[in-house]
Amino acid sequence: MFTIDLLLNALVAGVLLGGFYAAVSLGLTVSFGQLNIVNIAHPAFIILGSYIAYMCNSLWGLDPILVGIIFIPVFFLIGAGAYRLYYESFERKDDEALRGLAFFFGVMFIIEVGLIMVYGVDFRSVQASYIGQNLRVGGVGVPTRMLVPFCVAVAMFSAVYLYMSRTFNGRAIKAVAQDRLALQLMAADPVKIKQLGFGISIGTAALAGALLIIIIPVEPSVGRLYIGQVFAIAVLAGLGSIPGTLVAGIVLGIAESLVSTFFGPSWAPAVAFGILLLALAFRPQGLFGR
Amino acid sequence: MRMPALKLSAFWICAAVVVLLGIAVTIFDVFAINTFIYFAAYVVLQYVVLATAWNIMGGYMGYVNFGTAGFFAVGAYASVALYNLIQAPLALMIPFSGVVCALLGLAMGYLTLRLRGVFFAIATLAMAIVLETMILNWDYVGGATGAYILREREMAPFGDYVEFLFFVMLLLAIFAVAVARWLERSKTGRGFGAIRDDEVAAECAGVPTLRLKLIATTVSGFLMGVAGAPFALYVGFIEPSSAFNLIYAVNAIAMPMIGGATTWLGPLIGALLLGTVQQVATVTISSELNLLIVGVVLVFFVIVAPEGIVGLLRKWWRPRKWWRPRNDR
Repeated sequence: MFTIDLLLNALVAGVLLGGFYAAVSLGLTVSFGQLNIVNIAHPAFIILGSYIAYMCNSLWGLDPILVGIIFIPVFFLIGAGAYRLYYESFERKDDEALRGLAFFFGVMFIIEVGLIMVYGVDFRSVQASYIGQNLRVGGVGVPTRMLVPFCVAVAMFSAVYLYMSRTFNGRAIKAVAQDRLALQLMAADPVKIKQLGFGISIGTAALAGALLIIIIPVEPSVGRLYIGQVFAIAVLAGLGSIPGTLVAGIVLGIAESLVSTFFGPSWAPAVAFGILLLALAFRPQGLFGR
Repeated sequence: MRMPALKLSAFWICAAVVVLLGIAVTIFDVFAINTFIYFAAYVVLQYVVLATAWNIMGGYMGYVNFGTAGFFAVGAYASVALYNLIQAPLALMIPFSGVVCALLGLAMGYLTLRLRGVFFAIATLAMAIVLETMILNWDYVGGATGAYILREREMAPFGDYVEFLFFVMLLLAIFAVAVARWLERSKTGRGFGAIRDDEVAAECAGVPTLRLKLIATTVSGFLMGVAGAPFALYVGFIEPSSAFNLIYAVNAIAMPMIGGATTWLGPLIGALLLGTVQQVATVTISSELNLLIVGVVLVFFVIVAPEGIVGLLRKWWRPRKWWRPRNDR
């Protein structure tokens, strides 16, 4: 049964979901798109962020978003450290293609299994005052558990976008992908710049993880499902394009929401991967690619 | 192609000895007290097939396939579908699953291999999840609830059915290793190596890169499908989350990496070693911990010993010639 109401609801839910997806993929747009580091473990870091939010929330009743913001610096340091290791072990030897991928795959697996060992495979969720309420605008219900993450996501997005386009370091991160040698000639150290960029990329995962667990309950292995979403968005956006990421995120959110409204939620995971496969096969440069 | 008869025979003599041992062990039931050993050995051998199949793409050509679990599960489900359709025997299931997965590999390769290697890797991962969603929604093979498949209790000369499956998997493992070894030493294999080292240069030198890549995805897919074919019979009950388990993908990558990804011997050593350790750890410690071991070992080897065990051995000890690859890469 197809009604306008249902369609409108699905569209609104899709836009909200898409904003969140864009936030989740932002880190990958930076690491994969701009730094050319195929961090397949990115969703695993997001899940780690979710579990940290869950832990702080259930132990001390802290607000998940606040926890996410507090942990951004911690994740930043983890990311910077991870890049060091990656650089020393693979990139310097020009060996990132095969072993670098295997490395991140292993990291992803370690995070997932580590979380399973500590928390088990049950779904976990957080408590906050804005979870479980519903705003009604006309015939369209807007659940606040989607609206709040959407707003935070857009804020985080704007912050990263401004940083990347207005500051010297941000521009250097963009430059390192385009021409490493030229950056070196400008007396900037590409390794340090990439370290900064990768730190930012993982830093966004802390907040994205907190947003994720507000939206839906999380268990350790859902990270793998998000690999589809984040890579689909990063590719669809045209690698490295931050505004493209937002648009692609919303496109994917709407597509997924429509499919799960009209065909059933069990088909939703295939949407992202389907879009990814189609994008890879027919338009690998993405919507906003050069 | 120059290949001295002695080198060839050493490998085949080993293979023949292993087969005879397998027959002897299963028929005379050496481990009469404990059939668990066949269960465990079956899994190890299955990993030999998967790791070898992965290595044809990943090790020889440098194209990482994260979708091993997808191929494996499609192989398993193809034989379930065939069983539901015509009650096919295992001898039919195995080639059928192999062909289905070979076609899948071909399609996969055709869609993605013209892109950078990294996209291929991501696409394989995506494919595994798309396939899982499709199987989850396909009720004919059980959908999300899973499907039972009845196996006979016994199989004529082998005794228990699991012993028979163990023997089948032994043959498949030898087949897979032989195929990998043959590919590695053929002109095709040298083409793979050229693609891994520098795809553009290979293309310029007249190596038919796209065709070679399609050959590799097809052969690799075939072997993975073959490994999955007896799975439903082995466990007796199949459901998507066990068939598509990420552990297959992780192991298929970890084992060649640990063993050494550039020779056929690497995945064999890696699978026998890591597979056995996992089986022992599952029984003695816990199954989560053994997963953690795989992850840690993978990361450790990738960083510390990028050439794997074979590479370490080669460094420390000049081996006799027969198992070394022809061109020392």
